[in-house]
Amino acid sequence: MIWQLDFLILIFVIICAVAAINIRDLLSAVIILGAFSFFMCLLWTEMGAIDVAFTEASVATAISTLLFVGAIYKTTRRSKD
Amino acid sequence: MLEFIISKYNFWFYVILMMIGLYAMLAKRNLVKKLIGMNIFQTAIILFYVSIGVKAGKVHVPIIIGGHGTHHAIKAADYLNPLPHVLMLTAIVVSIATTGVALAVLILIYRRYKTLNEDEILAIRQAGRETGA
Repeated sequence: MIWQLDFLILIFVIICAVAAINIRDLLSAVIILGAFSFFMCLLWTEMGAIDVAFTEASVATAISTLLFVGAIYKTTRRSKD
Repeated sequence: MLEFIISKYNFWFYVILMMIGLYAMLAKRNLVKKLIGMNIFQTAIILFYVSIGVKAGKVHVPIIIGGHGTHHAIKAADYLNPLPHVLMLTAIVVSIATTGVALAVLILIYRRYKTLNEDEILAIRQAGRETGA
């Protein structure tokens, strides 16, 4: 575990989380959530949890973003907060 | 004290991330935003569990050393603890199932009320209850 890399990725993760809940456009928020998941994936690899990393990359990032985008396509893209 | 705080920085970040998720679940009015907050919260829990298994300076994945004939003892202290990782694999798959069901419910809510804003849904329900009574 390289602590500088760990720290940098954690900072990026926090930035992505704050951006995802503050953006008004829901589609942008979901894409930023996907970026958040990919940074988490980098973090798992960096911490030695490779099995968690590839599960996160395939399941949590890809399928979750896909489901969110599908749901937003079926509903609405605008958000008031 | 300062050394204690710095050496456990992964856990501090986990707490910050969890609070961001909790804030989104409590304070945001849009239902999709609440769901995003729930996802962030779940990821924070997973970060906590994976952080438990990390040992400083040890990044080896447990594989058999000397598997081709030469035998020597394997010390568990030299490796990461893989047990939290395996538990969290299940948590990730369960989280995707939860998200899928929540999004299906969200689509049904939108079909009925034509909005995803919590305040507007409650107002419509209130108005319907008053006219119905």
